[in-house]
Amino acid sequence: MTEREKIFTRIRDALKTQAPMPGHHDGAGKTHAISEARNAIAGAKQWLPDPGADSAEWLAQFEKLSAELKTTVHICASEADAHAKLREIAVADGWKSVAAHQHPLVSPAVAALPLPLLDTTNGYDANAMAKCDVGITACDALVAQTGSIFLTNRTGGGRALSVLPPHHVVIAHREQLVPDLPSAFELMTRIYGPANWPSMSTLITGPSRTGDIERILVLGAHGPRKLTVLLV
Amino acid sequence: MKISLFVPCYIDAIYPKVAISMVRILEKLGHTIEFPEELTCCGQPPFNSGYWDDARKSARPVLERLKDAEVVVIGSGSCGAMMKVFYPELFAGQPEEAAAKTLAAKTWEFTDFLVTKLGVTDLGASFPHKVTFHDGCHGLRELKTKQQPRDLLAKVRGLELVEMKEAETCCGFGGTFATKYASVSTAMGEVKCASAAETGADFIVSADSSCLLHVQGLLGRQQRPIKTIHIAEVLASE
Amino acid sequence: MSETIAAPRAQFFQDADRITHDLEHRRRIQAAMGKYYISRYSRQALFRDWQEARQTAAETKWAALNELDKHLENFERNATARGTQVHWTSTSEQARAVIVDIIRRHNARRIVKSKVMTSEEIHLNQLLVELGYDVIESDLGEYIQQLKGEPPYHFVFPCMHLSREEISDLFENHLGTAQTHDPEELTMIARRVLRQKYIDADIGITGANFVVADTGMISITENEGNARLTAALPRVMITLVGIEKVLPKFSDLALFLPMLATAGTGQPLTGYNTMYAGPRQPDETDGPVEWHVVFLDNNRTTLLADPQQRDALHCIRCGACLNVCPIFKNVGGLSYGTTYQGPIGSVITPHFRGLQDWKHLSGASSLCGACTETCPVKIDLHHHLLHNRRNAVEEKRGFLEGMLWRGFTFLMNRPKLFSLSIKMGRIFQPLHALVKDTFLDPARAWTKSRELPEIAHESFRDYWKRRQTK
Repeated sequence: MTEREKIFTRIRDALKTQAPMPGHHDGAGKTHAISEARNAIAGAKQWLPDPGADSAEWLAQFEKLSAELKTTVHICASEADAHAKLREIAVADGWKSVAAHQHPLVSPAVAALPLPLLDTTNGYDANAMAKCDVGITACDALVAQTGSIFLTNRTGGGRALSVLPPHHVVIAHREQLVPDLPSAFELMTRIYGPANWPSMSTLITGPSRTGDIERILVLGAHGPRKLTVLLV
Repeated sequence: MKISLFVPCYIDAIYPKVAISMVRILEKLGHTIEFPEELTCCGQPPFNSGYWDDARKSARPVLERLKDAEVVVIGSGSCGAMMKVFYPELFAGQPEEAAAKTLAAKTWEFTDFLVTKLGVTDLGASFPHKVTFHDGCHGLRELKTKQQPRDLLAKVRGLELVEMKEAETCCGFGGTFATKYASVSTAMGEVKCASAAETGADFIVSADSSCLLHVQGLLGRQQRPIKTIHIAEVLASE
Repeated sequence: MSETIAAPRAQFFQDADRITHDLEHRRRIQAAMGKYYISRYSRQALFRDWQEARQTAAETKWAALNELDKHLENFERNATARGTQVHWTSTSEQARAVIVDIIRRHNARRIVKSKVMTSEEIHLNQLLVELGYDVIESDLGEYIQQLKGEPPYHFVFPCMHLSREEISDLFENHLGTAQTHDPEELTMIARRVLRQKYIDADIGITGANFVVADTGMISITENEGNARLTAALPRVMITLVGIEKVLPKFSDLALFLPMLATAGTGQPLTGYNTMYAGPRQPDETDGPVEWHVVFLDNNRTTLLADPQQRDALHCIRCGACLNVCPIFKNVGGLSYGTTYQGPIGSVITPHFRGLQDWKHLSGASSLCGACTETCPVKIDLHHHLLHNRRNAVEEKRGFLEGMLWRGFTFLMNRPKLFSLSIKMGRIFQPLHALVKDTFLDPARAWTKSRELPEIAHESFRDYWKRRQTK
């Protein structure tokens, strides 16, 4: 017998006796069939924090959480407005080089910057990327409920672009804002399921952070110290 | 109502005033008290130590003696939880399983009995002191009696209740844990005593004398001025 | 009271005794947990219904475990279809051998790890260092503990027991950096050192928080970005994960990720929740060319075979039970001597490493139940401590303690004898002063720190008799 078979045999033997329902010890559970167990996605829709009723409230919630998380959000009237904002940040932060990928939202913005570009689309040198001041990406969705950005290595220019440079700038459309996590996971499944998944998807919630030293919050532990969302 | 009073060993020997106060309060409310003198222990100490056979030996006389009782009241969340929550588990698959469930259903912790079963909160008591309340873990988490003692204390004349920091944190008694893991138990108790003292209260009130046994022992050693008292004694004060 | 003193037991008592007397430790942990309380419970209050969310999470895990075999097969099929290599290991030795074999095949030298609790469980670092590999922990807390030569103190907050001064000293000794007591500067020192490590590493080793069956993904939760870098830059990625971590569906994460973040740290979501669905695919720009997922049993199936305690496998390692545990707060994480500290560790370690050797951890609890109340997946933690105590006695009844309980029951079942012994106690209690504070004191375990209560002049029993005869 292979080790795999041994493990599966042990699992099947163990499962011959059914365990009591969770919550039987606090009065919330009852005994019922597996098929009747609650559904996580339905539970998540109902019980998670309220993201608001309409897109205006979602946006307010996204901005409020972003402020708590130290994510900077700029609401831009147009793509041209977003490009201008990006130039403004580039000057203020003294960027010398940028890393980005080819994307309809990202490429024109980067083209409008008078700075050397590292394009990750067809591969790149990690040492060179580490020296860039910023990584500029698109994304798949923004989540109002948690102030998160959902991106994949397809919409985010690979696995490293959104985490290696010290500043991550996301350019997104207003329509990409979804109310809650269940909607975000449904959206991702619609885009990539059932068999076209990118090898990496990530929910980014604020800039990189740690509280490992005396539980005191420090930004930029390993990933970006700054996270900026330009919402067009 | 005819109430059978279960008196745990430490209340019998060390804190008889608690049971006497309970009798006084329940009789004042017009009930008849019966005290099953044959019973001394619910069996929790061996149960918590893993010696369930011995615990069953202690518990069987309790099941037998109280099988015809109308209602059983206990002045301790800990022994109350033993009979209400753990007897059915202790006797699961045993001949006494049904008896254990029946007893569990008619057993009440004292404050829960007053507030939930009798619907009484004002007992006409007067206790002109600043107090803080310590939640015994068994009462709080096994029996869900967080609000009941507070409702009762709210109606006591002259009493000021000040909640301590982390009121719901265990005092560290834990039965035999207090001696088997004495240094851990002591550290937990010191944290509790410090939180209680911080409130500036004159008394730590609790619905569980077993916690107070430990807390009073620590307070005595540390010579802190704050004293401990069971809620029944507060409610019987006039 | 126990007959044989096993090494883990002696170590626990020795360390616990020392730490409980360390008032600076107590202050530091209380302060840190005070912060946790505020952020966790204010975040939890934002849930429309936390209790319903908990019940749903618990039932989802329960249902997942009920069909664990199917979900694991499903994961394997979906993952291998995308080029992931899946390995199955029953023991620590097997898991170590599989990992070392992968490293050797790639002629790798440099290994970067993100937080992998299962690797602590199989003592992977010690072996890799012995074999001469350059292994570095990249999670800041784990990195600090690695420099200190100590296992993690807490499986979510690995170095929460250290002060900034101690960390500054460590960095000065090991890295030659100047003293600084600013947490931000200290973090930046680690950032500078570690960044080059990701770029230079041949192999990245990660853990996993969830194994998603229907998409063949693993999901990793972190705040720092170190796991993302570990999974992005090295050529080869290895993920070591326990077989119990399955979720049936991708969409289940919509519930579990926010619950993990809320219970773990009081965040809406942890900084990065990253789902991996294979090594670098043909059209992709970066990522490892090979990805190995190594499944570890290591007695998880033993726990699975205990239906009463099977729910301990629901654990999502949020650490909440440690954070609310008054025992953990007073004995500290290192006293446990286990990979998983606190209540969950006390419950599962006896199953993983032997009941008789680890039963003392199940005893080290006042059974207060704060852990069970806080657990986001409703593990009946404190009752399982009670179950472990029962199982230990049923397996091997202690001789002395067995005698003690037999005597206790004998006495308690004889109310007249009990009454008499109280009267005797009352008579002899004044004599206690003669032995108090000496080793002759039979109640020394109590009286070392506490006053003994006084036996009442009249017991309730006697009062009642007097009243009846009136």
